[in-house]
Amino acid sequence: MAIIDPRHAAKQLIYERIFRACTLSAAILVLLILGGVAVSLLRGAWPAVAHFGFSFVTREVWNPVTDEYGALAPIFGTVVTSLIAMLIAVPTGFGIALFLTELCPPLLKRPIGVAVELLAAVPSIIFGIWGLFVLAPVLQRHVQPWLIDHFSEIPALGDLFKGPPYGIGILTAGVVLAIMVLPFIAATLRDVFDTVPPMLKESGYGLGATTWEVIWHVVVPHSRVGIVGGVMLGLGRALGETMAVTFVIGNAHRISASLLAPGTTISSAIANEFTEAVGDLYTSSLIALGLLLFLITFTVIAVAQAMLRRLERRGMSAA
Amino acid sequence: MNRRPLRKFKNGAFLALSLIATLTGLACLAAILWTLLSHGLAGMSWHLFTEMTPPPGGQGGLLNALYGSAVMTLLGILIGSPIGVLAGTYLAEYGKSSRLSTVIRFINDVLLSAPSIIIGLFIYEIVVVHMGHFSAIAGALALAVLAIPVTLRTTEDMLNLVPVGMKDSSAALGAYPWRTTLSVLYPAARSGIVTGLLLAVARISGETAPLLFTSLNNQFWSTNLNAPIANLPVVIFQFALSPYKDWQNLAWAGALIITVSILILSISARVLLALLQSDRGGGR
Repeated sequence: MAIIDPRHAAKQLIYERIFRACTLSAAILVLLILGGVAVSLLRGAWPAVAHFGFSFVTREVWNPVTDEYGALAPIFGTVVTSLIAMLIAVPTGFGIALFLTELCPPLLKRPIGVAVELLAAVPSIIFGIWGLFVLAPVLQRHVQPWLIDHFSEIPALGDLFKGPPYGIGILTAGVVLAIMVLPFIAATLRDVFDTVPPMLKESGYGLGATTWEVIWHVVVPHSRVGIVGGVMLGLGRALGETMAVTFVIGNAHRISASLLAPGTTISSAIANEFTEAVGDLYTSSLIALGLLLFLITFTVIAVAQAMLRRLERRGMSAA
Repeated sequence: MNRRPLRKFKNGAFLALSLIATLTGLACLAAILWTLLSHGLAGMSWHLFTEMTPPPGGQGGLLNALYGSAVMTLLGILIGSPIGVLAGTYLAEYGKSSRLSTVIRFINDVLLSAPSIIIGLFIYEIVVVHMGHFSAIAGALALAVLAIPVTLRTTEDMLNLVPVGMKDSSAALGAYPWRTTLSVLYPAARSGIVTGLLLAVARISGETAPLLFTSLNNQFWSTNLNAPIANLPVVIFQFALSPYKDWQNLAWAGALIITVSILILSISARVLLALLQSDRGGGR
């Protein structure tokens, strides 16, 4: 029987306190980082906010020569490209998730799942260079002329497809974004669908429902919260994505009705212009754009996480 | 009235659509890899690893960019991962269900998906503005901030996988939690934590946006951490958008190098994780 040396015990207690303090301060640092991001962006954006006031978000003008800046065109571009991306990626991601959870032969489940996750690991700059050199020419030669031929004569809808096929522009950026967020949406939805208790699905089949009916009337209603959360997580990615968009957006600070026209987004404006910005007001306006992006994406991601968490808790209490 | 044919048709149609969606996703990955291989392999040569980035029209390689990327990624991991691991330890061992931990977990998940360009602006504001110039150390700090959430998340998950019995046995021997953590939990969760590090390296080594206004770029060889440094992502960005053919070729070669290394990293992380799970008999 070892005799406990009181000095040894005291030393152990000190080590314990030190270790605990280290881990606690590392954890607190995570909070400080988020706070630091908010404070530093606010401070950097302050000159622009003080100078332009609320009109910063309502004006389309972006003129470094006269030192006048408004965020409306980048906000418009960010929202429209993300919308296009979600219109394409949500149904496709939904399909992939369904395929992986309900249809896929077990042997292929893992390889296909890993392939989708690898698509998520490809850095965004690769999507950008691929979009510029491969996707944009294809869209320019084949897809955009077709859209112009078939839709530009239709009133109202036609305005979306007017003008020459540049190849680069809002539509191309939306398509590249769709491919980028697709794996995130597919992987999240797959995990969400996996939380549906097999018992529920079996009851559906027992009543004679087809696979699709079980999916639509059992799986989807049961995982509604998770689906919305997963989609919003993808939206958060799309809104903040920088490099892939910067390559193919065309960087034009104007709002045009046509999806084929070049435009700009918040993140691509910052990436393109920040190092070239001269003058405090120019730099500050770009940081103000960053602040806007931070507020938008933070809200979207926070809501998405809250919804996914709710699903997790429900899944745990049901199990 | 017999609705069976209609129902069967609807079923077939939607299942076919989901198959098409999956094939589309796989085709995108294949198309990207194919483009990278066909363009990138043409530019592959020893010059890439022995020469500096050239002026337009000149012969050259990517040595300075490869070196800069390696240094900043390594520094980013060295700074970021200890913080992530320690914070993950706190969440898993000390503050398991406290309110603070709930908030930290939430914030960490938000940071995990936050746009990296915002992190770049943050480091610009707190480091570059104060130092007065762009520098390698600022780039490394930006990457470190991006590495923290990844390592934190995996560390917490992996520590939670360690059987409670092991922890209890250590406590029964009279060990304080710190001793248990260092001598029992970390060794037991080692391969899981290493997986997190690999994932973090994969995540930060392709990041471009946060480096644009922290480390910037450098046409020349530089080992000075206090000066702008060349790095692969920014070089790819600048060279790909340039009108010069040989710069574009270098960009493709760089893109191939970066993608292949990241894919290898993520695959090995996955293999490691699969081994870990089969060790535990597939248990979570």
